[in-house]
Amino acid sequence: MNETSLAISKFSDLANPTRFLALAQRTIPWMAAATALCLIVGLYLSFSTKGDYQQGETVRIMYLHVPSAWLSMMCYTVMTISAIGTLVWRHPLADVSAKAAAPLGAAFTLLALVTGSLWGKPMWGTWWVWDARLTSVFILFLMYLGLIALNRAIDDPSRAARVTAVLILVGFVNIPIIKFSVDWWNTLHQPASVVRLAGPAIDPEFLRPLFVMAIGFTLLFFTLHVMAMRNEIWRRRVAAQRRLAARLASRED
Amino acid sequence: MTALFFRDLKLSIRAGGGALIGVLFFLTVVAVIPFGVGPDLNLLSRIGPAIVWIGALLAALLGLDRLFQAERDDGSLDLMLMQETPLVLTVLVKCFAHWTATSLPLVIASPFLGLFMNMDEIAIGATVLTLLAGSPAITFIGAVGAAVAVALPRGGLLVSILVLPLTIPVLIFGVSATYAAVEDPAPFLPPFLILIALTMFFAVIGPAAAALALRNTSD
Repeated sequence: MNETSLAISKFSDLANPTRFLALAQRTIPWMAAATALCLIVGLYLSFSTKGDYQQGETVRIMYLHVPSAWLSMMCYTVMTISAIGTLVWRHPLADVSAKAAAPLGAAFTLLALVTGSLWGKPMWGTWWVWDARLTSVFILFLMYLGLIALNRAIDDPSRAARVTAVLILVGFVNIPIIKFSVDWWNTLHQPASVVRLAGPAIDPEFLRPLFVMAIGFTLLFFTLHVMAMRNEIWRRRVAAQRRLAARLASRED
Repeated sequence: MTALFFRDLKLSIRAGGGALIGVLFFLTVVAVIPFGVGPDLNLLSRIGPAIVWIGALLAALLGLDRLFQAERDDGSLDLMLMQETPLVLTVLVKCFAHWTATSLPLVIASPFLGLFMNMDEIAIGATVLTLLAGSPAITFIGAVGAAVAVALPRGGLLVSILVLPLTIPVLIFGVSATYAAVEDPAPFLPPFLILIALTMFFAVIGPAAAALALRNTSD
């Protein structure tokens, strides 16, 4: 067996939910510990570094706002990849992954919207503007809620997953719109300043805590995601056991 | 395919007067707005194009759940899934029929509603033109929602929730093209061409995704 096929078989081994559960059992404590470490260091850095000369103390909102905004988009991307996995390979864990990611994505998007609003009041003098970036993120939030509602509305989990996957793929159109909205439309929200071709436009003083927080948030997402997937697998097993028990009970009558 | 087009057209016109109800709903929505914002004619003429667009969008959503629902109920959807012609093509034709039956009457009715809103001739013409170019996109996006919700017992409301966020780009460029035609400095053509591009884009994406969803819901 050469190296690539070994890698592929390792990946496809995860399709077995029992193997996934065993792996999750082993990795969750480590991931949670790493998340806690990153968040503690990140929060310490974000509170100990000095405030901006213009924005004062409110600049610290950025350390929560920017990572959650990044994650709101990354979570949808994870869901899109899962949706492709559901539709193309019928990977049994892909639909679990997509279903588990949706509430997390909605939560991070809401966090980004709320912190952005709290930051906007002192900086822009208003809670909410119908700006291109804000509006497209708000649409993303609505789409998360719609996807959750759709997934809950269909009883059969595998059929619900496939139908939701179609809609996730169609909704992915919104992600590039969000990413580039600040460059395409010159409205109130500032243009991209961290991830750009010319390098970050922020002082390293602010960049360091931001990166630590971003890594912490990403780890937090993956920890919660794996935990939610584990719960979902258990929930499905319980449902299957209940069905089995009901069938046996009806046979005995 | 033409037979399917005319069959769908006849069904949607005869069964319960879908087109008429859509136009009536459109009329009601647009008539309610002046009661809400007050009978200020200048304000009405300023927000008129946007109101007509939103009314048309809501009215177009109204009949969407019926796009595949009746076929599923009487079993002809299974026949469409089994036939040799690609399902994408069938969905596309059904979309065209649905657009002709429900959205085209809205486009035709919009000049009269523009008069209610005290809009001038150029604004009315621009609204009709942008609606004509943009409303097919709404139908194509709506087809995805209708296909996704076809298996649900009461999917109508869910379709609207799923489809509305995706139609917002169409609304943005439709309204901005209309305003560009009314106000001098902004050029009309760029937003209008983007609107047409959106329609063509969703004409490809919409039926393909709807066909995929239909295959997955009925097995």
